[in-house]
Amino acid sequence: MRSLNRKLLRDLWHVRSQVLAIVLVMGSGIATYLMSVATLDSLTATRARFYREYAFADVFATAKRAPLAVGAEITAIPGVAAVDLTVQAPMRIRLEGFADPVRGLLISLPDEGSKPLNRLYLRAGRMPQPWAQQELVLGEAFATAHGIAPGGRLTAVVAGRMQDFEVVGIAISPEYVYQIQPGAAFPDFERYAVAWIGRRALEAAFGMDGAFNSVALSLAPGTPPARVIERLDPILEPWGGLGAIAREDQLSHKFLSAEFGQLKTMATVFPVVFLSVAAFLLNVVFGRLIATQRDQIAILKAFGYGNGAIGRHYAAMAGIVVGLGALAGIAGGAWLGHLLGRLYMSFYRFPWLDFVLAPASVASAVAITLLAALSGAAFALLRAARLPPAEAMRPEAPPRYRATTLEHWLPRRWLDQPTRMILRQLSRRPLKALATVLGIALASGVLTIGLFQEDALNYMVDQQFALAQRNDLSVSFVEPRGRDALAEIAAIPGVLAVEGTRSVGVRLRAGPRSVLVHLDGLPAGSRMKRVLDTRNRPRVLPTGGLLLTEYLARILDVRRGDGVEVEQLQGARRHFELPVDGTVQEFIGINAYMELDALNRALGEGERVSHALLLVDPRQTNAIYHELEDRPGVASVGSRKAAIDNFYQTMAESLLIFTFIATLLAGLIAFGVLYNTARIALGERGRELASLRVLGFTRGEVAYILIGELALLTLAAIPVGWLVGAALARVIVAGLQSELYRVPAYLSTQTFASTTLVILLAALASALIVVWRVRHLDLVEVLKTRE
Amino acid sequence: MPETVFSARGLTKVYRTGEVEIHALRGVDLDLYAGEFVVLLGPSGSGKSTLLNVLGGLDVPSAGRVRYRDHDLSTADEESLTRFRREHVGFVFQFYNLIPSLTARENVEVVTEIAEHPLPAAQALAMVGLGDRLDAFPAQLSGGQQQRVAIARAIAKQPEVLLCDEPTGALDSETGVRVLEALSDVNQRLGTTTVVITHNAGIAAMAHRVIHLQDGRIVGVEVNPQRRAAGEISW
Ligand SMILES: Nc1ncnc2c1ncn2[C@@H]1O[C@H](COP(=O)(O)OP(=O)(O)OP(=O)(O)O)[C@@H](O)[C@H]1O
Ligand SMILES: [Mg+2]
Repeated sequence: MRSLNRKLLRDLWHVRSQVLAIVLVMGSGIATYLMSVATLDSLTATRARFYREYAFADVFATAKRAPLAVGAEITAIPGVAAVDLTVQAPMRIRLEGFADPVRGLLISLPDEGSKPLNRLYLRAGRMPQPWAQQELVLGEAFATAHGIAPGGRLTAVVAGRMQDFEVVGIAISPEYVYQIQPGAAFPDFERYAVAWIGRRALEAAFGMDGAFNSVALSLAPGTPPARVIERLDPILEPWGGLGAIAREDQLSHKFLSAEFGQLKTMATVFPVVFLSVAAFLLNVVFGRLIATQRDQIAILKAFGYGNGAIGRHYAAMAGIVVGLGALAGIAGGAWLGHLLGRLYMSFYRFPWLDFVLAPASVASAVAITLLAALSGAAFALLRAARLPPAEAMRPEAPPRYRATTLEHWLPRRWLDQPTRMILRQLSRRPLKALATVLGIALASGVLTIGLFQEDALNYMVDQQFALAQRNDLSVSFVEPRGRDALAEIAAIPGVLAVEGTRSVGVRLRAGPRSVLVHLDGLPAGSRMKRVLDTRNRPRVLPTGGLLLTEYLARILDVRRGDGVEVEQLQGARRHFELPVDGTVQEFIGINAYMELDALNRALGEGERVSHALLLVDPRQTNAIYHELEDRPGVASVGSRKAAIDNFYQTMAESLLIFTFIATLLAGLIAFGVLYNTARIALGERGRELASLRVLGFTRGEVAYILIGELALLTLAAIPVGWLVGAALARVIVAGLQSELYRVPAYLSTQTFASTTLVILLAALASALIVVWRVRHLDLVEVLKTRE
Repeated sequence: MPETVFSARGLTKVYRTGEVEIHALRGVDLDLYAGEFVVLLGPSGSGKSTLLNVLGGLDVPSAGRVRYRDHDLSTADEESLTRFRREHVGFVFQFYNLIPSLTARENVEVVTEIAEHPLPAAQALAMVGLGDRLDAFPAQLSGGQQQRVAIARAIAKQPEVLLCDEPTGALDSETGVRVLEALSDVNQRLGTTTVVITHNAGIAAMAHRVIHLQDGRIVGVEVNPQRRAAGEISW
């Protein structure tokens, strides 16, 4: 079979440009698959090892202030393996040359010995000396963002007192791999810090002698966290316990899991699109190849090659294409996987990255591709095998054309002969035309999901900061305060308006389902914080019921009118029941809302506010911010502008890379489909076109016949591509839903315009190549050969 | 009495294209003998190619029987027809049907690689006078040269039967003669039973027997008492 193998290679070489296009599309499919799978596997493996080696806890709880003796009770809960009692204190950080508010969390370290759980990985420097008062270990994210190295100094305000620290070490904690401020939607490495100091120093600074306010537990293997939480909550309740959570609900872990889920979606959607396009291309190219080789197939059969041998011959051709695609895909996937891994490492604080490219993933990628390829080529192969040998000795019957309906509708003089040829060609092979349109549309769809992320995030920011949360600054108080606190703030020069809100941690129950959330009381007719319905219209706050984030209502499975049990986790710890008044649209977090006075009545603690929202004179924002920051009773101050700035800063880079990759890949698909369509049209009709040239048609007129077909298909594909893009965006969005955020399936006009542009450019590139080919059409050559 | 190689009885072939039925063969009875050189003559559409295809196992008859030695070709399945062609038959077609991506030598090798007692490809090509063009691709050969490659391909496997459908149809007289010489050479040297379809009555002079077909029927069989050598024929 050596000569047959030679034929195989030469035939492939003959259609090399088309093979290349298929290899690129197929390679892209495998690459995106391997990239996502490798990144996912690597991150999962890295997380697992980090958690294991640095003793990430299974259960977490906080209290207001519990005596250390309570620890013994906790240790005694059956199934508890280890207990870490810590003091955690909110802090504000002052940095030279950085005006924005910086908040942070200060966590205690044992003064002697090492942390039993959630141990630190020291990236640089050292741990504090035993009993040291002024030595601090800084979380890596913040340290990197500000270029702080061991030996640097830092001023922190803890419980209203300013203190100087020396940064002795830079560390990473399994608790803060995804370092994000509670309540924020996006990490802000510049404006949020985590740091560790010796326990005695923190006890003194925070007034926590002999007490703790945070506890982490690890469990004996096989112990369900829920059983331990059941026992833990009553122990901590007298000490201001806020309800324990399992690892699944731990903030950093939860964010990581949500993002891993996103990768998983990516690992499915992209490869499916790429591989179906590749299968389609293979089908088209091999269908064409086999059609032109009818007589060769027949001769082989006449001389005694069986269907099996001939099937294998063409299957091997497809196999080689797949092999090349797989090689390209594996190389590309490994490269992109490293790239993406590094990108993720700039978001996640892992001490290292265990890069995993599992042989099984590679094998399954190749197997899936082979399957897609064979299913693509199968039809053509079957045709080759079915071809009766005698039949093949006759040249293929001239294809049957018909006048198209369109020609009857349009005035004759509108349609010249070349245009008629275009229309009839398309109508003769409607399925093929449809498949081409779909292929281009899929390319456009891939591009859409590349660009859509930016749209969605813009939309989220817009909804959050322009419509819902319109205050410039927000102040959170250490303890709920009376209305007089608002008057004090209003008196600060430059403050234009102040509103008070009350936020209280609650457990909501509906039947067997329960969720820990914040119940926010907002003043009726608030100008600064508004809750919006699905059409972004402000909703009136109910006085006798709750508004729930739509996603929260879904978790609780409640509708308007259903009752929800509210259990207050702070202060008086009241229990009451309220009906659901409706749902509101929020993309970030989950919350419950009601009117402020109604909430205060329900809580029975008098007129209280826990937060103040401020509109301020923009020129005085910084001064006001620092003024507020130093006031006793103020836990933290947040700035809307800083939040928006951070968002764009953090997201911009990753979006850029992602968009670049998606654009590149989509361009490849579009070009692959369009180029193959054009080349095949040229191949199928080379004789016809050469005859026209002989009859005196110009090159331009001949090229028009080919390009006109391409242009019609492209134009038809563009709106279909919009639909495909919208559908794919929906699929992605559905995979991204979590308590933390929901991404809206919002697509901007600009995205539609960009996808259209890329498709048109790919079409133009294919058209130019066809024109170039037509210019070089060798008339004698084409007419001499028999097809 | 020479051995009977092919024996056909009541061969009928009906093509159905849409509503129309075309009777390409209407009851053909025929015996072909070992080592015989037979020419099939007849007007266009008379069923020559159809008959040849059925004899060569490229097609099956609609009715009637056809046997090759102890093989029944009329009831054989595709697999055994393939084996029959592989083991016993060589074809030469009017349109050469070479594989354009393979050289002359490789075009021959495609067939010899699956044959049992093949001649070396170079030798087969030398027999048709192309010993010096082994590595030429079909596009680099003239029509007559291509047809000779096709003949080399057919004879290289040393088949028992050689079936040629208008092998000289596209050739000028001189080239045609060279092709015919190659065929009769093989017929004599290897004792290959050879059937040649032609429109050229002149060629009939070199046959042992000439069979006339018309409208799907055999209308006459002549035995040439005196065969002429291919070189003496011209048109
Ligand atoms: N696949 C087919 N489908 C329909 N009709 C066919 C088919 N093959 C042959 N025929 C018809 O059968 C008849 C005999 O055809 P055949 O090819 O055997 O003729 P022929 O004698 O070889 O003619 P020529 O000398 O022109 O090659 C013709 O009428 C032809 O049109
Ligand atoms: Mg014929």
